[in-house]
Amino acid sequence: MTTMTKQKAAAKPRSAPPRSGYTRVLLNTPYLLWCVIFVLVPLAMVAYYAFTDGSGHFTLGTFADLLATAEKRATLVDVFGRSMFYALIATAISLVLAYPLAYIMAHSGRGAQRNLMMLLMVPMWMNFLICTYCWMNILSKNGIINGGIAWVNLKLSPLGLALPKLDMLNKPGAVILGMVYNYLPYMILPIYTVLAKLSPSLVEAAQDLGASRFQVLRKVTAPLSLPGVASGITMVFVPSVSTFYISQKLGGTKNQLIGDWIERSFMGGYSYNGGAALSLILMLIIVVCMMVMKHFSDGEEGAFVA
Amino acid sequence: MNKKRHGVFFRLYPMLILFFLYAPMLVMIRVSFNEENSTSKISGFSLHWYRELISTPEAMAALQNTLVLAVLSSLCAMVLGTAAAVGIDAMRRKWAQSVVLSVTNLPLMNPEIVTGISMMLLFVFLGQLLGRQESLGFGTMLLAHVTFCLPYVILSVLPKLRQTDPHLAEAARDLGCSPWGAFWRAVLPSILSGVVSGLLMSFTLSLDDFVISCFVSGRVQTLPIYIYSMTKRRVKPSMYALSVLVFAAIFLLLIAYNVLQARADKKQKKAYRP
Repeated sequence: MTTMTKQKAAAKPRSAPPRSGYTRVLLNTPYLLWCVIFVLVPLAMVAYYAFTDGSGHFTLGTFADLLATAEKRATLVDVFGRSMFYALIATAISLVLAYPLAYIMAHSGRGAQRNLMMLLMVPMWMNFLICTYCWMNILSKNGIINGGIAWVNLKLSPLGLALPKLDMLNKPGAVILGMVYNYLPYMILPIYTVLAKLSPSLVEAAQDLGASRFQVLRKVTAPLSLPGVASGITMVFVPSVSTFYISQKLGGTKNQLIGDWIERSFMGGYSYNGGAALSLILMLIIVVCMMVMKHFSDGEEGAFVA
Repeated sequence: MNKKRHGVFFRLYPMLILFFLYAPMLVMIRVSFNEENSTSKISGFSLHWYRELISTPEAMAALQNTLVLAVLSSLCAMVLGTAAAVGIDAMRRKWAQSVVLSVTNLPLMNPEIVTGISMMLLFVFLGQLLGRQESLGFGTMLLAHVTFCLPYVILSVLPKLRQTDPHLAEAARDLGCSPWGAFWRAVLPSILSGVVSGLLMSFTLSLDDFVISCFVSGRVQTLPIYIYSMTKRRVKPSMYALSVLVFAAIFLLLIAYNVLQARADKKQKKAYRP
């Protein structure tokens, strides 16, 4: 808290740099143009394709077509429901795995913190396609886990025992594992950042006032780390709900997600209109989720300041 | 912090998570030295796949494309982004500033797949207007990469700008600097760390990007796209060899950075002690 007030005090006497309007315009124009051309216009194009037919006339037919028959409705609900469900589960698992690690990191010595940080960065920089493919090697029928089981069975055979082979690939669990694997660091880092900045004096104050370790965690540390948790949740949920590669490789044909559907409608030579409509729905879902998360983190910060 | 309180869990848990995160890398390393032409059957030790990697022209071309693209797009993003950050910081109207910042945040919030297809729609549309047969290629990929790198540069430069004293540039001007000279000599040194971290972040993002490139690349292949096209059929162990090389490079780079950081820390500690 003190740091925040300090920053505010430091920021106050600062006025906008004395630059002529001319320079400002010169500095801003290229970027603003860039934003309009490469960010806003493309998004408008998605909306345009979603609301027009092949010849460019306005229509709601693309959306209506997605709901046209009972079968199509079922597919839509199925795919969207599955994407949301998998992404939510993956986010929840990531949170459960990440929070203790972030906590441990924040409470380690400086050197250990730095080393752990480094070790977490490396997987983030590795190509996720190849890593996902490696998980196929690990999980597949002739993969490494089953190889290990076969080896154990060989040792157990004199005793007349045998472990069953596991068929893990192309199951929902495999897709969720892929999501957790790929996005776990994005959950750890924001939580760690918040926890590391947390002033130890707050914890000490709570302890002085007689709080147990669990109470400190529940009443002080956890609420104060909520902004980090919120940003971690969005950083895991958004890519999970829109992924297509992970589900293609680890989920087989049965676990299609929104991302697969969108990718197929654009790369598979279908009309762009259907894919654009799906993308628009996906964006809508994400905007709603972001608003929920923002409400969460802001509300907590606000409560603390008050 | 009381060190004694840290129990077995404190030591074991990070190991478990790291094992989970590094499991594919271990597989990758083992398979890259495989004697057999398979990614599942593992036996022996050979450097065969490393040799094959070097003699595969497509892989080398993809590597070159990736590196050129990453260098160009991160440099462009750095220049444009720094200028934009200075411009945004100098904005007088707060509402305009917040509008520009929200637009800047858009590509960060948007799922990559939506950013990718939206840019593809734009490029294909413009290509049709210009009557081009093949509108997607290296140029469109460069534009797309600069676009998704820009927010990262801006967001790492802006806080540095907010920390610098606005009178610094003024003082430089009073001492006879041109506006450009004032920026170059007074403002830039104080925001340099932000500019560099933006550059590095852009470089790594561009190097690693698959989803957006996938939609705007046309026939040009970068490494991630090359790997993707391979995973549709069968991945050769030579791809694992390549990934191991990348892995080693990243690891060494980070270790070097870490050692330097640790030294700087020690120096600082000594400096504090009278």
